[in-house]
Amino acid sequence: MDSVAVHSSVAENDQDMWEGAKEPFKASYGKLMMWYFLVSDAFTFAGFLIAYGTLKFSVPTWPLPDFVFSSLPGGIHHAPLIFVTIMTFVLIASSVTMVRAVQEGQRENKNGVVFWMGMTILGGLAFLGCQAWEWTTLIAGENMTVTTNPFGSHVVDGVYLDDEHGHPYEASIPAESFHAGETYLIHKDHETEEWIRRRYQTADGHVGIQEFGPKAFGALFFFITGFHGFHVFSGVLFLLIIMLNAASGLYAARKNGYEMVEKIGLYWHFVDLVWVFVFLAYYLL
Amino acid sequence: MEHNDINHAKKVVFKGLILLGIITILEVLIALFGNGHLIEGVRLSKWIMYPLMIGLSLYKAYFIIYEFMHMKYELKGLRYSVLLPMFLLVWAVIAFFNEGNNWKHNRQVIQERNQIGLEEMHTPPPPAATHGEEGKPEGEH
Repeated sequence: MDSVAVHSSVAENDQDMWEGAKEPFKASYGKLMMWYFLVSDAFTFAGFLIAYGTLKFSVPTWPLPDFVFSSLPGGIHHAPLIFVTIMTFVLIASSVTMVRAVQEGQRENKNGVVFWMGMTILGGLAFLGCQAWEWTTLIAGENMTVTTNPFGSHVVDGVYLDDEHGHPYEASIPAESFHAGETYLIHKDHETEEWIRRRYQTADGHVGIQEFGPKAFGALFFFITGFHGFHVFSGVLFLLIIMLNAASGLYAARKNGYEMVEKIGLYWHFVDLVWVFVFLAYYLL
Repeated sequence: MEHNDINHAKKVVFKGLILLGIITILEVLIALFGNGHLIEGVRLSKWIMYPLMIGLSLYKAYFIIYEFMHMKYELKGLRYSVLLPMFLLVWAVIAFFNEGNNWKHNRQVIQERNQIGLEEMHTPPPPAATHGEEGKPEGEH
């Protein structure tokens, strides 16, 4: 169905027709279908996020996000949630520049459209860069993979029997204590590549060893943020194509207020919208 | 149409940037404060934190859809045909989270039964066939 492209050069009220009938909801075919595509995409993301919640409910402990996501570039640790907040700002900013591009399109201002779409692309690329850094930190630095989650949590209060290198504490050194609900990261020995699981003793005298966290945490993290990141990536590609088309004067000739920019704008805002919920589910709750 | 006026349009954009930014900072502050990162030893109950954060996120979603995606200016029919299906998810959330909770419960039951089985295996068989509380203290498992 390429009626929009075909009819645009014909008489003006033909533009408002779908195969001769009156257009529903006073929206063009492309725009309406973009909305319905976004509805279906929303259900896909909802499926992922609901699976995340369900699995979180199904196990006694879950890693705390303010412990897991607490690194910043430049070797800074113990900065909980700061990096993802920056990522969120980047995405919001790119959404705002997209609104400007659509507005300039409605005013038929070609240079404005191209400029603001360019800014939006930069925002998208910056977000992808942030995500690449976040994944690298988790995979290469903290050894989290789809099948291994080294972020476990304590169920009861207690003290460690081993120090951070896995050696028993000497009598002179006070042992580190922990509380129920606290999340810990199981490190790998740099030389032997073996996991260092520290032994601990709980308040009631039970001796245990650090267990790995629920696998679903790592698996769903990579699937959900990866699926979202893929949306951002393909969004950047589409933005690039449409920006080049706009620059070539293709949409100016159609005289329909740069509707194609409006459609990719809907998609781009949707990506931001999904991030609101990914941010809520993964980093806040 | 009102939203084509460029000054009004720029105002919407500026308002959106500030609003979404402030709400995001607010959400993060709630998370940090509630988990005791800002003031040592002060924490918020999850029953206060979670509704606040969910509410703020829903407001962000509303703002993005209605202002940025111009849903405000679409016809009622388009609005309903896109937004009403989303309410199906309300039930999905309730049903699946309830299911998750049940899995946890079942896991606990199985763990307790395994525990009883282990204790029976470690206990020497009593001379008389008395089943039930052996009262053996927790051994190593």
